[in-house]
Order: sequence, then C-alpha cells, then structure tokens
Amino acid sequence: MQINPVEEKQVSQAADQALSHVRHGVHLSLRGLNKRYGGRTVLDAIDLDIAPGQFVAVVGRSGCGKSTLLRAIAGLEQPDGGQLRIGDGSGSSGGGNGSGGTPEVRMMFQDARLLPWKTVLQNVALGLADGDGVGEKRARAALASVGLAERAGDWPAVLSGGQRQRVALARALVHEPQLLLLDEPLGALDALTRIEMQQLIESLWTRRGFTAVLVTHDVQEAVMLADRILLIQEGRLALDQKVALVRPRARGSAHFGSLEQKVLDKVLEI
Amino acid sequence: MADAARVSPTARPLARLSAALAPWALPILLIVMWQAAAHTGLLSSRILPEPWAVATAFWNLAASGELWTHLKVSLWRALAGFAVGAGLGLLLGLLNGSSRRAATLLDTTLQMIRNIPALALIPLVILWFGIDEAAKLFLLSVGVFFPMYLNTFHGIRSVDAGLIEMARSYGLSGWALYRDVILPGALPSILVGVRFSLGLVWVLLIVAETISAQAGIGYMTMNAREFLQTDVVLVGVLLYALLGKAADWSARGLERHFLRWNSAYQ
Repeated sequence: MQINPVEEKQVSQAADQALSHVRHGVHLSLRGLNKRYGGRTVLDAIDLDIAPGQFVAVVGRSGCGKSTLLRAIAGLEQPDGGQLRIGDGSGSSGGGNGSGGTPEVRMMFQDARLLPWKTVLQNVALGLADGDGVGEKRARAALASVGLAERAGDWPAVLSGGQRQRVALARALVHEPQLLLLDEPLGALDALTRIEMQQLIESLWTRRGFTAVLVTHDVQEAVMLADRILLIQEGRLALDQKVALVRPRARGSAHFGSLEQKVLDKVLEI
Repeated sequence: MADAARVSPTARPLARLSAALAPWALPILLIVMWQAAAHTGLLSSRILPEPWAVATAFWNLAASGELWTHLKVSLWRALAGFAVGAGLGLLLGLLNGSSRRAATLLDTTLQMIRNIPALALIPLVILWFGIDEAAKLFLLSVGVFFPMYLNTFHGIRSVDAGLIEMARSYGLSGWALYRDVILPGALPSILVGVRFSLGLVWVLLIVAETISAQAGIGYMTMNAREFLQTDVVLVGVLLYALLGKAADWSARGLERHFLRWNSAYQ
C-alpha cells in the first residue's frame, strides 16, 4: 500500500486533535434521579458521582433499573426528576461534537444495531461529517483499532456476533467519546469472544482514558473491568464497591475470587 | 464425498446444464404433445391452432411491423399506468407511514376505497372518461396504487425502532435519518409492492384493452377473435405472458440490486 504523505499528515493531525481533548474523560454526576413508568418507580432518587476516566460497572438483576439508568444518562430516556450533569454542562443525547461545550457521549447497545444496508466502514462513519475524506480516514483508523481493518467493505450480515460488536465499538470510538456507555454489549457473545472483547475494551479505555459506564449482569465481567462496581436493587444503589486489583487482572487470583463472591452474595441477597 | 469430488470436474457442467433445462422440460413436452394432437386432427384448429401456426402468425405479425405497433402502445400504457399509480402509492405510503397525523386523516378513506375492485369501476370510468386513453390510464393507476401504498406504508412503519434510536443518538435527524435509515429499512417492503404492482398492471391492461381500443395487444387479440384467427389470439396471449414475465424479472433485478446487503437476495 502506498502512503500519500499529505494524507498521512492529515491523519496525524486528526490524531493530535483527538489527543488534545479526548485524553480526559468527563465527570458524571446524578442528584436524586427519578424515573417512573406508569405507577412503578424504576429509578428511585439515585445519587452518584463518577470521576473523570473512571470505569464503573453497574450490576443487578434484570428489571432492577440498571439499563434505564444508562439510557437516562445517554439522554434516551427523560428522567422524571433530579439532576443529571455530564462534564460542566447538563445531560446530552450524544449529538454534540465534543470540541465545544457539550461533552461527547456515546452508547453501545446490547445488539450491535449496525445498519445492514451500509458496509462496515459506512457504519463506523455514521454521523461523521462526510465529504472531506477525513471522516473516512478516521473511520478506517477506528476500525483498525478494533482489529477489523480488512472487513471495511463487507456487509454486517456476513460478520459474526463478536465482530459486529467490535464494529459497534469502533463506531462509538470514532467520535472520541469522553463518556462511553455500554449496555450489556457482550451479553449475547460466547465465552471466548467475550474475554477477547473485554480485553479489547480494557486496552482501548487504558489508552484513551474516557469515562466508562458498563451495565452487565455478569459479576465476573464487572470485577474484571471496573474500578468500581455499583449494585442496583429496586431502583436504588445497594452497593458501591471499589475494585483495587491491579491490571491486567487474573480471573484465578484469590482476591478476584473473593471480590466476585462478595458482590454475587449481595446480588443474590434479596 | 471423495467419489463425488473425483467425478465432479466432468459431471458439473452437465449437471448444471440439466438443472438449467429442467424447468423447461414440462412446457416443451406439452408443446410437443399439442403439436402432435393438432397434426393428427385430434385437436380442431378452431379450438387451438397448432404451435407451428402460432409461430408463423407471430413471425408474420413481426415482419409486417403490426406486432411492434401494438406492443409499443401496450407497453406505453402499462408504463404510464404504473408510473402514475405506483408513484402516487409510494408518495402517500411514505407520507402516511412517516406522519401519524396524515395517517389518521387519510388512511381510513384509502382503506375504504381499496375495498372497491378496480374492475368494478369500469362502467363509471367509461361514463367519466369515455373510452379514451384516460379511461385506461385511470383504471391501471387505481389498480396499481394500492399494492404500492400498502407495502410502502407497512414498510415505513416496521423499520426497526432500535436502529432509528441508534441513528438519532449518533446525530442523524431529518433528511439524513430518512435517507440512511428509514428509507433503506422500508425498501424490502416497498419492492414487494413494486412486484405486486407490476404483476397487476398486466392483468388490468388486458381488461382495459379489451373494452375498446384502436391499438394494443388487447385490441389485436379481440380483432383476431372477430375473424376467428385463433393463431393471432394465441400470439396475444403469449405476448402478455412474456411481458408479465419480463416485468417480474425486472422487479427481481431491482430487488437483487437494492437489497444486495440482505443475504436472502444474494
């Protein structure tokens, strides 16, 4: 492959721009956040502060409100009460460009939600300003960072479940998010693909330093990835557990096991 | 498995050829039997002329240029009727699929009209438009409108809400959201509408052209009936069949092109 020096310069400029504002994740703060569906309270006065660059896992049984919490942070659900602040401003739906006042928030869904009629590359470039060619280069770079550079021209239909989620991850990362929200993105994957994806997410997070909130039903995954584990029960925070294990973490270690057991016990308590 | 692999280099072209010919075996057999029956006098030429006579009639009509004149007129009618009816169906389907308000205002009325068979309108259409091209165009358009409208409407309504939510959260809205998500999502259903409409346009054309016409395949057929030219009648019937097949084939071509991302159409 021939590398055009002008193009290369553009790419490195884009990377430099990326570094200037992305290195730091944003602060996330919730004050008395409420959400009701009909008469049922799904989120009950949640107070929460997440430091910039922190990796937080939210666990809980299904229907406990953990996904609703994430969707409220993403701006996909309107809270019924309370305050939600991301960075210096208020909640954003993720439409911001990251360079101005609105922090860049991106969401990864449980199902990859790729547009089947667009190629892998077009999916990653979704929502980037097109036309100048820089968008495509950034999309290619993001695709390379998840190890799928050679699949750029394929239709999503021919990818495996794990590959689709990696494309979805690239699509989120191309916007250089300051806050990345992950809604059980690995829930439907097989065990081995899952471990690979966890390693990929961890390495990208370490390199880029965004704030991450991961909703999962897998306690082991939470212990593997998070600095801090939150347990939600019936719309309330029931546990706020620091995870002080050094990275990369080993599943087999005694510390890991006891922590996993502790959180699991708490989940199963009710 | 090993045996099949060893045999395949020589067997494969043959197998492929016979697979390609297999669908035609029955029609060819029927034609041969038909020719034999007509030849032995088992089948009167009043009822069915022998295939050879049909072929000759076809050749004569083509050579004299008469066939092409009629074909052109019929094709033009079909295209015009399809363009007007399917175009309106697409527009209203898009409108009602995208806007709840438009759907509440219009859908009930359209559903009521839909229950009137287009062909039942013929007496009224003749009163309104006479027996001109306008009458035929109206009949074709009305008939073709509904398959297109219903499938477009349904297609827009059934676009995956998760994809729309995702696209919105990635900053798409307005025309970009429509172009990149809603329209492609509705396209499989819209193309089903195109296929139905193309199939229907020929059926309606046959009826419309037999009412009264001065040209067209239907006119040619009705004219030939007056003079008991069963061979020409059969040429007309065959032409309709071929045109219908061509329409279906082009609809499939559209599907294969526009839905190439969908593994079901690859």
